[in-house]
Amino acid sequence: MPSVIVDGKEIEISPTDRLNGIEIARRAGVEIPHYCWHPGLSVVASCRMCLCETGTRNPETGAITMMPKLVPACQTPAKDNTVFVTDSEKIRQARAYVEEALLIDHPIDCPICDKAGECLLQDYYFLHGQKERRADLRPFTSRKRPMGDTVTLFVDRCVMCTRCVRFTREITGTSELMVANRGSHEEIDVLPGFPLDNKLSGNVVDICPVGALGDRDFLYSQRVWFMKRHAGVCTGCSTGCSVHVEENQDHVYRLKPRENPFINQWWMCDEGRYGYHHLHAEHRLVGAKHRNAQGVLANVEWNEMRPELDAALRKAGRLAAVLSPHLTVEEAYLLAKYVRSIDANAVLALGPVPVDGEDERFPNGFTIHAEKCPNRRGVEAVLKHFAGSVTTFDDFVASIAGGDVKAAWVSGGYKTDWNTAETAAAFAGLDVLVVQDMFSSPLMEQATHQLPGAGFAERDGSYVNFQDRLQSVRWAIRPPAGAWVDGQIFWQLLGKPGLFNSRAVLSDVAAEILFFEAAGAEVPETGVDLRAKLLAETGTK
Amino acid sequence: MKSDDPDITWVEEPKLGLTGRMYLPLLVQGLTTTARHLISPKVTVSFPEERPQIGNPLIYRGVHRLNKDAEGRVKCVACFLCATACPAHCIDIIAAESPWPDREKYPESFVIDELRCIFCGMCEEACPVDAVELTSLMDLTGRSREEMIFDKEKLLSVYDMTKDAEPMKSIALGGTV
Repeated sequence: MPSVIVDGKEIEISPTDRLNGIEIARRAGVEIPHYCWHPGLSVVASCRMCLCETGTRNPETGAITMMPKLVPACQTPAKDNTVFVTDSEKIRQARAYVEEALLIDHPIDCPICDKAGECLLQDYYFLHGQKERRADLRPFTSRKRPMGDTVTLFVDRCVMCTRCVRFTREITGTSELMVANRGSHEEIDVLPGFPLDNKLSGNVVDICPVGALGDRDFLYSQRVWFMKRHAGVCTGCSTGCSVHVEENQDHVYRLKPRENPFINQWWMCDEGRYGYHHLHAEHRLVGAKHRNAQGVLANVEWNEMRPELDAALRKAGRLAAVLSPHLTVEEAYLLAKYVRSIDANAVLALGPVPVDGEDERFPNGFTIHAEKCPNRRGVEAVLKHFAGSVTTFDDFVASIAGGDVKAAWVSGGYKTDWNTAETAAAFAGLDVLVVQDMFSSPLMEQATHQLPGAGFAERDGSYVNFQDRLQSVRWAIRPPAGAWVDGQIFWQLLGKPGLFNSRAVLSDVAAEILFFEAAGAEVPETGVDLRAKLLAETGTK
Repeated sequence: MKSDDPDITWVEEPKLGLTGRMYLPLLVQGLTTTARHLISPKVTVSFPEERPQIGNPLIYRGVHRLNKDAEGRVKCVACFLCATACPAHCIDIIAAESPWPDREKYPESFVIDELRCIFCGMCEEACPVDAVELTSLMDLTGRSREEMIFDKEKLLSVYDMTKDAEPMKSIALGGTV
């Protein structure tokens, strides 16, 4: 087994590993400070923060020869018998000098800088900087200019790591950003008339190690230390990027990509990143309503409505349910189970699947899918289990007008208008129409029972993305007063006690439906590939 | 802590002597103190007709004010450090891009709930631009809770009210601005 020595510790690597000094040190539990290196980008070794001592061990004699000069760890491959020393007087001195050089021209505006609190320059100053500043301390503010519609550059805060420049060259292939001028006059810039406007532009803010690039959507809105981050899944398209939902007091302030090597690596698209505003939209529905004896919509408490709704559905006898592709697997399963518990032959259909344009693929393989919903495959698997096949929404609408269905439960969760007056007209003849959605729509207007639904950050459960990878997430914020998480409603209608327990439901789903079998065990943060188990099983048969 | 802890020193109550048991000498002693205070000068004031003397207004912690800069703009840069430091969570700020070219960020709204405030002075301590200060106004009254929630305009007006009597503390205390 090849091995590398880090600070005297022997770390074994596999022959296929292609690691650099920073990565191997992480395996040894040592964090080497760095600005310009990013695992998703090429190596430039320009910041000099990761300087460390390296050498080689003679495999025969075991004698170690060290290099006289410090070398950047990011550029040094960790091969068999390589030796890394990450902490010595010489290295500490070098790091302190780098910090000092970066801070000479850095504006002392941390109090108004949005990055403060998650800034590498701040962190490394405390960890590796000198105790005293030798240059003059004069408070000054940073010049700023827009790079595009989404990103503002604070010119003087930049440490010229060029991560953002490399991102636009290597990941998006659009090359909007560049380094202008030379030496101490170096600045990040765009050419006039060619702003930073690609669909992944928000990522440059995430990879910026300092406060030079600011996200216009988040700028000035909240200090980072007030926010709590929750692991989530972006529901903007069927890619299902892993994200962090960052909230404070039940208000989402930003979404950040969460590293997931199987799906989105370190990135996410702007559409997903800024696609959370509907959660806090003014016109979001709150408060359940039902039609009273005169056929007029009246407010009603959910606890009072539940027995009445249950009785109405049982009275109607012949049921149908539309399972939105925005539902989690658990919610879809519970809804299907509920309507089937009343009517064993209830019609089950898939909600409309929004498709917008075509899949967009970037040079590094990152894809924005045209299918703008997170869980079509998961809901389809549930439908196949209960109904044998998948009925599309259009077919369902066409069949309902002349059919014998007396009551329907329609789940929504869409960001935009998803049904028209014509669609709604098809539901006109029903005795009971339950619509569960976040926003008003023609169908909602016509409902006999209106249930305000939950947004993605409020749901508990699992999503299955385009490559059959299932990710489980917990809720990040609570829904506004008067709206209920869909899963909780189904849970209560099924007569289960207490709070909706998505993990317990997923275990039931995994035991019952072969497609979800791999999700029976603990689901890791990066998700579980549902195909792996199926492939293995078909292989053995 | 257990009773056999070596750090505990056990002290016996001293036995009372004859005078102590007689109780009269102590009664006389106590009445002497009472009598002395009856004829000595008064230290209490008849508030509110009479105003108390505040020792050093520069270190007194009364009602907050929001200072203005030389051009009469709010000095606050909306950095939220006071809100972060506040142990009572009584400061609520909404930041926005400033309308002035030389400033980046300013508070669109700055609200202090004076009823929640414990007047600890941490906000003043935390402020990097000496914008929020505690004045020596101490008789803070209001007829409703809403009235006691001070918004930006009200806090700025406290500055206008007190700026002559109490110049910005930072200069007097050798601060940076």
